[in-house]
Amino acid sequence: MLTGKQTWVYDKQPVIISSAAVGGPFEAQGNLAQDFDILNDDIWMGQKSFEKAEKKLLEQACETAISKAGLQKEDIQFFISGDLINQIVPSSFTARTLSIPYFGIYGACSSSMEGLALAALFISSGFASKVLVGTSSHNAAAEKQYRYPTEYGAQKPPTAQWTVTGAGAALLSDSGTGPRVVAATIGRVVDMGTSDPFNMGAAMAPAAVDTLETHFRELGVDASHYDIIATGDLGKLGHRIASDLLTQRGIDIPSDKFTDCGMLVYKPDQPVFSGGSGCACAAVVTFGHFMNRLKKGELKRILVIATGALLSPMSYQQKETIPCIAHAVAIEA
Amino acid sequence: MPAKNDKLTPEQKKYQEFAKARETKRPIVKNCFRAFWVGGLICTLGQAISVFFVKYFNFTEENAGNPTSAVLILLSVILTGLGVYDHIAQYAGAGTAVPITGFANTVASAAIEHKSEGYVLGVGGNMFKIAGPVIAFGVVSAFAVAIIKLTLKAMGVI
Repeated sequence: MLTGKQTWVYDKQPVIISSAAVGGPFEAQGNLAQDFDILNDDIWMGQKSFEKAEKKLLEQACETAISKAGLQKEDIQFFISGDLINQIVPSSFTARTLSIPYFGIYGACSSSMEGLALAALFISSGFASKVLVGTSSHNAAAEKQYRYPTEYGAQKPPTAQWTVTGAGAALLSDSGTGPRVVAATIGRVVDMGTSDPFNMGAAMAPAAVDTLETHFRELGVDASHYDIIATGDLGKLGHRIASDLLTQRGIDIPSDKFTDCGMLVYKPDQPVFSGGSGCACAAVVTFGHFMNRLKKGELKRILVIATGALLSPMSYQQKETIPCIAHAVAIEA
Repeated sequence: MPAKNDKLTPEQKKYQEFAKARETKRPIVKNCFRAFWVGGLICTLGQAISVFFVKYFNFTEENAGNPTSAVLILLSVILTGLGVYDHIAQYAGAGTAVPITGFANTVASAAIEHKSEGYVLGVGGNMFKIAGPVIAFGVVSAFAVAIIKLTLKAMGVI
């Protein structure tokens, strides 16, 4: 049911019957290593290109989620996925492997929650009974796509972020046990004039704040409603900005409740600059770490606001500023 | 590279200032110091190689530059191939970018990166992706300087 202008409250709450998070060697050294289903020790994944490696990660995540639910891919009606590579080939190629009817989406790093919100809508509306949602990113493939060759010696500023190598997938069902998707707020595109692609946190923070504020207003709740409110990949800098923006707007979230997936995924001594980023950042933290904590009963209600920077390498070269988006999904144990 | 500030609305400008105030700045003094000692070390190494060629291979000080550059390029390309150069560069910044080693790294890193697209369109088509502009504008500016030199010579100034 549409509540307010951009929030969906699901009438029939879809159940996340299984989820999976896979990562690479750098993630294995990270802060949440125990929450990954598969940790690969080779960033090439035995493949000939980073793009193929990313597809492999996404396949692993999807196949793991399906098998954890004890299902076959034939049991699933739709697959929704997105990533950061040109023409979202890792997602489409994974859909080729899975052979499940497929929606390719592009929301940059907000794809995980965009996909989850849509998948929940399909189930809630009765248009599907099982929907798989996935997303992936690969550090080297993203560097190649957006920045420089991986071995190129360019010095990054402290505002830069580290793209997570990994993939996350969640399997939604109209029945079964597991955490439930309760509501979602679909973000609008916000551009506050940031144009530095090495400063995504500052670019995306206003979008996250806009969506969060709207979510609270349209549902008539405040921060006390949730145990954890996590943004997708703002990093340390973006988190600092978002916190101050919220305070400025009179929204108070206790600092132990407000966090960012990009700050959670790596250890402080890992050289990731401002923090983690990429589609997989919000995906592995949500579908791995948060799902485990929800199942253990450590968390009851969470809100994940996945943030995406909707730029392209060309738009940046043409001196465009960076439009950003954030989608919030509320999940309850 | 921030976009031209004058295109932004007042609200955007206000936010940019708000965000800037919270930003972790590039540690410029530290970066300069690191660039100085690493860049200096590379140049000292180059000098040592040059002396070596003069002393043992009968090169003169004028033509020892060519084999010296070749050795530095080779070292840079090997370190790039081993995946070490970018880590040194994150530490050293301009210290590894400015010497000829930086130029070799741009070509080698792009060639390695695009090998997955094949030797012709991948390696061949992309290896000058970063170095290309340097070559293009280097040649143009060299041409301009040469014209100035010729003109000054013709006028009898130099």
